[in-house]
Amino acid sequence: MDILYKILIDPFMQMFGAPDLLVQTLWEGLVGGMLYALIALGFVLIFKASGVFNFAQGIMVVFAALSLVGLHAAGIPAFAALALTVVVMLALAWSVERAVLRPLVNQPDIILFMATFGLTYFLIGFGELIFGGDPKVMITEELFLPKGRINIAAFGGMVSLQKLDIAAAIIATTMVVVLSVFFSKTRIGRALRAVADSHKAALSVGISLEQIWVIVWFAAGLVALVTGIMWGARSDVSFALEIIALKALPVLILGGFTSIPGAIVGGLIIGVGEKIAEFYWGPLIGGGTDSWFAFVIALIFLLFWPHGLFGEKIIERI
Amino acid sequence: MFYREVGQYKTSYAADQAIFPIMQDRIGMVVIILGAYALTFTNNDFLLNAMMTPFLIFTLAAIGLNILTGYTGLLSLGTGAFMGVGAYACYKLTTLFPGVNIIIWILASGFFSALVGVIFGLPSLRIKGFYLAVATLAAQFFLEWCFIRIPWLYNYNTSAAIEVPTRTLFGIPVTGATATAETRYLVVLTIVIAMTWIASNIVHGRVGRMWMAVRDMDIAAELIGIRLLPTKLLAFAVSSFYCGVAGAMMVFLWYGGAESTVFSINQSFFVLFMVIIGGLGSLLGSYLGAGLIFMLPIILRLVPPRFGIPVHAATVEHITFMIVGALIVFFLIVEPHGLARLWQIAKQKLRVWPFPY
Repeated sequence: MDILYKILIDPFMQMFGAPDLLVQTLWEGLVGGMLYALIALGFVLIFKASGVFNFAQGIMVVFAALSLVGLHAAGIPAFAALALTVVVMLALAWSVERAVLRPLVNQPDIILFMATFGLTYFLIGFGELIFGGDPKVMITEELFLPKGRINIAAFGGMVSLQKLDIAAAIIATTMVVVLSVFFSKTRIGRALRAVADSHKAALSVGISLEQIWVIVWFAAGLVALVTGIMWGARSDVSFALEIIALKALPVLILGGFTSIPGAIVGGLIIGVGEKIAEFYWGPLIGGGTDSWFAFVIALIFLLFWPHGLFGEKIIERI
Repeated sequence: MFYREVGQYKTSYAADQAIFPIMQDRIGMVVIILGAYALTFTNNDFLLNAMMTPFLIFTLAAIGLNILTGYTGLLSLGTGAFMGVGAYACYKLTTLFPGVNIIIWILASGFFSALVGVIFGLPSLRIKGFYLAVATLAAQFFLEWCFIRIPWLYNYNTSAAIEVPTRTLFGIPVTGATATAETRYLVVLTIVIAMTWIASNIVHGRVGRMWMAVRDMDIAAELIGIRLLPTKLLAFAVSSFYCGVAGAMMVFLWYGGAESTVFSINQSFFVLFMVIIGGLGSLLGSYLGAGLIFMLPIILRLVPPRFGIPVHAATVEHITFMIVGALIVFFLIVEPHGLARLWQIAKQKLRVWPFPY
């Protein structure tokens, strides 16, 4: 009985007993979830346009952040370094297209998926060789990102919001809006959706697959850069981020692989869910649950909705 | 090739179905196995303990993953965790029942791993591809967490690590600090050869054909009367069994002690890369892939100093990562069936030499 009470009743008592703590936890979860959503967004962009499940998105985040910090450390002013990093991501997109995607066109999805494992390991080795393996500090101030906290007296207590998190939320929202406008209104965006629908049909109306792939990998690279800056500002820029970035995978499971709103909603659900679970139920089983909670949630979701919440239903034929 | 198969006629179905239909190949296999046993007499601890033993252990893990990914087409990223289940199960079993022979426990720990594998394989009926990969990631992270947070698994050691006790076989210490490199190598070699033989029989038989039918197209397989759930779960069970035994051997016969970090996701990738580079759906490929991926860092560390080029240990690691990554992309582009297929092509070319075909 005691254990049932601890699992079923006590956490809720705590939630209603201290609503300010609950709101604080929710906010932390939302911010964490937003970063997962941003990584997932990179996955979705590439998956939509090329059918490639890009496992390397996590390392692209690390790589972008490392390039920025590394370039700045080499004496280049912050915003010039930012511009140069964008060039680096473009070069990366171009070389990936040349070296990996183009030779593997028309291969089974799973082969392309495994090729991105190879890309991941190559980038880990390459990044560590150039920038070194030790964690670095993100150049927050030089990029005029706000610091400090705002304390709001609400819910019978104090809720403390980091200014950086608010800025991150604004930037992320702007980026999502810009991306969706880009996808639905511009010429390239429409070409991109055509490629996603059918490679063959897109080719036949004169859309260059190679060009589209470079563009979409570059867009994913930009998303990676923004994610890298935000995440780097919250903690350090290190290769450990790459493991955390794997949590974008359960986000995708929840949201479906092809839906941008799905990625965002999924990210927020996972972020809030794991923070709440860790804060209220974690102590019961020894804590540290956030390493696997997201994946187990995804696993349970998969049993009931095999295509995710927003994913397209796949009909299989022989 | 330097031998011809002329005059070797197949006069029965059994001969036609044989894995090594040519006499010279059979002799070659016997020579290789005898040679592997003969390595014990070299008394070279580095060769046996730091190269051959881990190579064989990784081969076994690669065979396990190959059964799942290569033969049944189910991508798994939880190999490291399944190896961990084997290792921790073996540790618990041998500390709870110290009287029983350690070899029995090493093999029995595979069953625990198989059970866990089946549980995490259950979603595989409904999901496949990337989705299944994420489901196996759940196994990886959840089990890793268990290895840290459940102190019962490591007998409440303050170091949170498992330490291998000394166990003997016929009065000779096999595990623990006093065991010699030769004994460990012999035990590993025997187990790996026996289990490869069993795996070969499984994949060439009815079960193996069912797996391959599921891999090639699961709906079609279902239509010809293969029940998907038992088939897929059997693949998970056998695969996890192999990984579990490999994990138990890794801790008991190679490391001599381990923490949960040994069974991290990197280990899973390491084994997956062996399977991809060696060749999906090939037992020979598991050996070749494990050999290449495991030996690569050792070669990188040993060779450049010979030519007077000093190399940092960290640099070697980074370059290994880069080479492995590039190799995977290279193999997927040029030869998706990996080293095993290259070996087949080379053999065929030599067979008909000097004619092109």
